[in-house]
Amino acid sequence: MNTLLVLAGIGVFGLFSEIFRFKKALLPVVFLGLAAALVTTVCDWNTNVSYFNNMMKVDNFSLAFSAVMICITMLWFIISPGFFTDETSKSDHFTLILFALTGGVLMSSFNNMVMLFLGIEILSISMYILAGSNKKSLASNEAAFKYFLMGSFATGFLLFGIALIYGATGSFDIDVIATRLSEGNLNSSVMLFAGILLTMIAMAFKVSAAPFHFWAPDVYQGAPTVITAFMSTVVKTAAVAAFFRLFIHTFTSMTEVWHTALMIISAATILVGNITAVYQTNVKRMLAYSSIAHAGYMLMAIVSMNSAAPSALLFYVIAYSVSSIASFTILLMVSNSTGNDSIESFYGLGKKNPFLAIMTLISMLSLAGIPPTAGFFAKYYIFIAAMENHMMPLVLIAVLGSLIGVYYYFRVIIAMFRDGNEKEIDFSGRYKLVMIIAGILALALGVAPGIVTGLL
Amino acid sequence: MLSLLIFFPLLAALVTAFSGEHAKKVAFAAAIVEFAYSLCLFFRFDPVGGIQFTENFAWITNLGISYHIGMDGIALLLIMLTTFLVPLIILSSFNHKYKSPSLFYSLILTMQFALVGVFSAYDGFLFYIFWELALIPIYLICLMYGGKDRLRITLKFFIYTLTGSLLMLVALIYLWLQTPGTHSFDLQALYALNLSSVEQSWIFWGLFLAFAIKMPVFPFHTWQPDTYVDAPAPGTMLLSGIMLKMGVFGVMRWLLPIVPQGVAEWGNLAMILSVIGVVYASMIAWVQKDFKRLIAYSSIAHVGLISAGVFSLTFQGLHGSVIQMISHGINVVGLFFIADMIEQRTGTRDMDHLGGLRTTAPGFATYFMIIMLASVALPLTNGFVGEFLLINGIYQYSQILAAFAGLTIILGAVYMLNAYMKISLGEAKSVAKHFAALTLTEKAVLVPIVIMIFLIGIYPKPLLEIAGPAVEALKLSIQTATSLK
Repeated sequence: MNTLLVLAGIGVFGLFSEIFRFKKALLPVVFLGLAAALVTTVCDWNTNVSYFNNMMKVDNFSLAFSAVMICITMLWFIISPGFFTDETSKSDHFTLILFALTGGVLMSSFNNMVMLFLGIEILSISMYILAGSNKKSLASNEAAFKYFLMGSFATGFLLFGIALIYGATGSFDIDVIATRLSEGNLNSSVMLFAGILLTMIAMAFKVSAAPFHFWAPDVYQGAPTVITAFMSTVVKTAAVAAFFRLFIHTFTSMTEVWHTALMIISAATILVGNITAVYQTNVKRMLAYSSIAHAGYMLMAIVSMNSAAPSALLFYVIAYSVSSIASFTILLMVSNSTGNDSIESFYGLGKKNPFLAIMTLISMLSLAGIPPTAGFFAKYYIFIAAMENHMMPLVLIAVLGSLIGVYYYFRVIIAMFRDGNEKEIDFSGRYKLVMIIAGILALALGVAPGIVTGLL
Repeated sequence: MLSLLIFFPLLAALVTAFSGEHAKKVAFAAAIVEFAYSLCLFFRFDPVGGIQFTENFAWITNLGISYHIGMDGIALLLIMLTTFLVPLIILSSFNHKYKSPSLFYSLILTMQFALVGVFSAYDGFLFYIFWELALIPIYLICLMYGGKDRLRITLKFFIYTLTGSLLMLVALIYLWLQTPGTHSFDLQALYALNLSSVEQSWIFWGLFLAFAIKMPVFPFHTWQPDTYVDAPAPGTMLLSGIMLKMGVFGVMRWLLPIVPQGVAEWGNLAMILSVIGVVYASMIAWVQKDFKRLIAYSSIAHVGLISAGVFSLTFQGLHGSVIQMISHGINVVGLFFIADMIEQRTGTRDMDHLGGLRTTAPGFATYFMIIMLASVALPLTNGFVGEFLLINGIYQYSQILAAFAGLTIILGAVYMLNAYMKISLGEAKSVAKHFAALTLTEKAVLVPIVIMIFLIGIYPKPLLEIAGPAVEALKLSIQTATSLK
């Protein structure tokens, strides 16, 4: 709760900085604010209180996901100063990021359909603008427009869904809905089925699951790289957390309506994401497809529906975000020096910059899920959760997907050891800092996953 | 302290990584220390004492994963093989100039860390982690220091082996889920499982594919010849000398006692595939022109025989396969070193362009002949002991299969002697005219190998005595598992 206030507070502070001209102080203040938000999140651990007439509920699940999002945002702010060079819109961009984060926190702690809707909208509207923040680039404008159109479409689905569920159960409160559903006396089951399926489609769109993923590659590629980094980590975390909370908490007694469909969506997402990624020559687009594939693995945690699932999802999100932010940092530096995002930009990296090569190696291994990195354990944990629910075919598809994944992640590694491209890459200490933090986390979580697995 | 034996190479690898130009000396010194330490454990090991040097504590408590290590006679011999070969492999690379040597030698030591870990793990998850860890350094060695087609070949190699590994992971998770209570990955808990025969068949294939790809058994061998040929010499030696044994070892410890019914059902097929591999690979080896590729195929043939011995489930077969793993490790490293020296001195591996080394380099040709004869399994060399036991074991299982497997004696002699004849005898071809004499470091590699060839060939008793009780225990645990299920 305090987390939300702090985040919204520094967001508003960012807006004022435009009027009162203290933009220089913005970054330190935002950093302190995020640190404060993190502290309040940690302090709330194990309290389990609900606020605003049960509109939102702060439990360990929401705290854990909020903390992850805040930490990733802090890492993100370290690498992003290059993005805030445009003086006229500097404070707006700061504020939008903070508001997006606020929306993300709401999405992980909602206890009412209305709050879910608000959270999603706060996050999405900020992201629509940020995707188009590189105003001079056609691709960025296209990304924003596409994201906005498709996003509002999905929002429409969500609203329809919420309305129908309200019609069937007479409440927005997910606790009440869950009780009504388990009791079974409903006004209209057709309305309810349609409502659940519509919300599922909307959420699948938000996490970019197949077949609702078509916006993702274009938006990810068109948006400025730092914004893509934010979208594929914080936004994705918020979306899966909301998805999980909604379906596991609210619709558990209605599994026959959505379970099979979501399982197919999960399998399709894994296959489509991985297979399409193989054909990409642009690393940024490849990472976009890889992020779609990872959404499929995260959905596996939702369809597992057992006690291991929340921790498995949390672990996966952390492992994925950490390695993802590292890979985007690397991509940012490489493309800054070579001027494009293609795989050829990585040629010769191993020879001229061993540090960067090692970091690339760690993050690619982690994304591919090879021990001893966090990514391996994340997949492992998800597989365990799924197999406990006897979903062997899904696990085998996921294994197949991982194998395909190795192919394109390793293409980046192989590219580093090809000849060519002798140009030096200059990178400042802050990139190094983020990469070292991410690298250490990726290895530490792989060797001692116990630090996170016991949390939820 | 077995942990020290596992983690010392990792520490050494870190030190090596920061030692710049002195890397090879640091790495060699570390490997020697590791070998000396393993000798200490070797002499403290009691052959009839069962599993020794055990350490067991919880690692990831809420998933039932523990750090459980130890070793029996089989593991001891394989660990000794690793610690014996790694210094020789490092030494054999001294006359190469590798770019960024600190990384190169650091990777070799990391590999050693993972290999010793694989052989000592008694927890399924730990085993899997070490198994995968072994793959990354060797992949990087091949990728960064391999021949000109390395990019394509190493990716194929990686994806091939990773396919097997992931199937094994799924099988292990399935087994884990069947364990009672809060679940456990402990080997004993997996041995005690009560699985239906359908489950056992599925698990058998999950695990067998992983091991079969690693060995490799026909028809999962297609990654191997290219990878062996294209990898830098030390990488090939690591792959063929030690890493291949991971697969056989995996079958012994992680397949046979866990799914005995699956083995009863499919073991026959595994046996037939192995024997096909023996004959098929020998024939292909026969027509090779490239000496390194010939050794690669001969390796498939040898490992086919070893795997057939394992699946015969007879005492002699299992016993022989342990001995043969050691002998093959030593011989194949010797052969690849010979091939590497020839390539370095003459610039070619094509046997048609070679000849007459017997006259221009008699010392070299003698070492070559001894190692070659050991590989052919001449009596009084180490190759004979294992091969004799293996064919004996296979004979007890099936006379027809033994007849085919026995072809290895003839075919092995044919392609090896043929190669020796082309390279060493006849008239010295132009490239072989000025064959530099052996350097001290080269002799330092060859002499220990030759000593081991004769030592094991003439007096194999200590080896047999160490492996015997462990094989007996393995057979017993297979039998009890079969009767339980």
